[in-house]
Amino acid sequence: MSVSQAAAQFERQYAEYRRSKTVWTVLFWALFAVCFVVSLVVTRFDVVALAEGLPRTTDFIVKMIPPIGWSTFGADMDEWYWGIGKWMNSLLNTLLMAYLATVLGTAVGGALSFLAARNLVKSYAVYWITRRVLEIARTVPDIVWALLFVLAFGIGPLAGVLAITVHTLGAQGKLFAEVNENVSPLPIEGIRSSGGNWLHEMRYGVLPQALPNYMSYTFWRIELNVRSATIVGFVGAGGIGHDLFTSIQLLYFADAGAILLIVVATIMAIDMLSERFRHRLIGKEQLSQ
Amino acid sequence: MMPTVPEIEELRARLPRAFSPSPQERLRRVLVWGGAAALTVYCLYRFGFFTWNFADGVLKFGSVVVAQLFPPTGWDQLPMFLRVMGETLAMAFLGTVLGAVVAFPLSFLASKNMMPFRPLQFGTRRFADLLRAFDYLIWALIFVRAIGLGPMAGIMAIAIVEVGTFVKLYSEAIENLDRKQMDGVRAAGGNRLQIIRYGVLPQVLPMMVSNTLYMFEHNTRSASILGIVGAGGIGFLLADRLRAYELQEACLIIIMVVLTVYAIDFLSKKLRERIIGDGQRPQVADDLPQFAEPKAK
Repeated sequence: MSVSQAAAQFERQYAEYRRSKTVWTVLFWALFAVCFVVSLVVTRFDVVALAEGLPRTTDFIVKMIPPIGWSTFGADMDEWYWGIGKWMNSLLNTLLMAYLATVLGTAVGGALSFLAARNLVKSYAVYWITRRVLEIARTVPDIVWALLFVLAFGIGPLAGVLAITVHTLGAQGKLFAEVNENVSPLPIEGIRSSGGNWLHEMRYGVLPQALPNYMSYTFWRIELNVRSATIVGFVGAGGIGHDLFTSIQLLYFADAGAILLIVVATIMAIDMLSERFRHRLIGKEQLSQ
Repeated sequence: MMPTVPEIEELRARLPRAFSPSPQERLRRVLVWGGAAALTVYCLYRFGFFTWNFADGVLKFGSVVVAQLFPPTGWDQLPMFLRVMGETLAMAFLGTVLGAVVAFPLSFLASKNMMPFRPLQFGTRRFADLLRAFDYLIWALIFVRAIGLGPMAGIMAIAIVEVGTFVKLYSEAIENLDRKQMDGVRAAGGNRLQIIRYGVLPQVLPMMVSNTLYMFEHNTRSASILGIVGAGGIGFLLADRLRAYELQEACLIIIMVVLTVYAIDFLSKKLRERIIGDGQRPQVADDLPQFAEPKAK
């Protein structure tokens, strides 16, 4: 093949490559345009209403911070945070809800994770059913669980704890099961050969290998559950979300702003603490290897 | 060769630390776990797990709620449910697109290698963090009061959280890019815009598209619950049916939502695999984390 032939072949192939790429790009954007237009129609998207609503939104947000003067700082803050005692109590409830739901959900989900790991159970039926149960618990959003539990347990934090617990056990069960499926089989075989039963295999063969990852996931879950616990109050399942919901519904903007500030500060503090713990745990894990 | 029992005993006496942790370490463990257990019991007590009310609730949940959920009914309303489900998807789609469009230019401002003026870069990042710090439902509540009931409030709630998420994800993608391709365009005489078009975008675009798709998938879930506070979508019907004790219809809606979420997850995963090879999820705050898994041996 001469150089000119090779060049011609390259030109041909390159043109073909360009053509197919153009076709895909056009197809992608056409699909995108169709989706976009259909979505606008289906949601009855109204630019005028949006243009009217947006200034009102910024107005709301501005009103959330009442005027605070330098000279009257203390008195202004006192007035803004008039309900601090009530809100702090709600915040404590929220944090304890998140804690309890994490503990209960991790305990149940962790126990189920051994049944949901393909390498640890012999019976395929047990594995399949456990997986499906975890999937349902995880896929139904926690606020929907909260609605269901409010029906049975009435309004209050109890329903919120149960809702977050169910969601947590689904998520933890799946994550822990993935960790379990990645453990080395050698320690398990060692324990089986020295006469251990299934529980011994799990306790002494699997748990020591998987525990650091469990802990990381659990600290992560606490962060997520604190967020959830601030939200479930919107449907009456307790916590600071309830105060936030009523203040926005009744258009008490300063109250809403004060509560939002508390919520954000709490979430940021929890994230930071949890991250520090996770790094410490992971660091330890690396040292021991 | 197996060690004999006396040998083990002798070793234990000689090297106690190799067999058990030090007394301080043991005390610390007892305190930590004992404290956690005590706090758990206190919480159980505080939230009324030890009351008759709780036992009643469990019975009621079993006999009234769970028993009445099945079998799902309301099939005659299915066309209406499907239309509202379509509205839910449309909300997720528009919210994600709107968020991505606004976040795209901002993400360049928020990248250290694109924005030399540090305060602006830092400020944009923190602003994005602030938008992301509030949950979708909180934004939805605010927008419902400002714009009114309906899907527009939901779209805005999703868009505003997504601006925060995308500025973070996109700017991280931009900061991780390879300088050599930018240098190449510059060496060939490209101006600033050309450097971005030919040196930056080809590197970051697949990542951005993949992340955007992932967030669309994620927002399908969010959009299906925003209706609970009146921001449009299937959540409104769900909350309505649950509060009216129409549990069988609620069950049908829940099943529909779950199936839709699965379908979108599946499609989006396939598409993402096509775009960047692996279907990796981006690391965002409210999702399952991706830690290094222990190596399979």
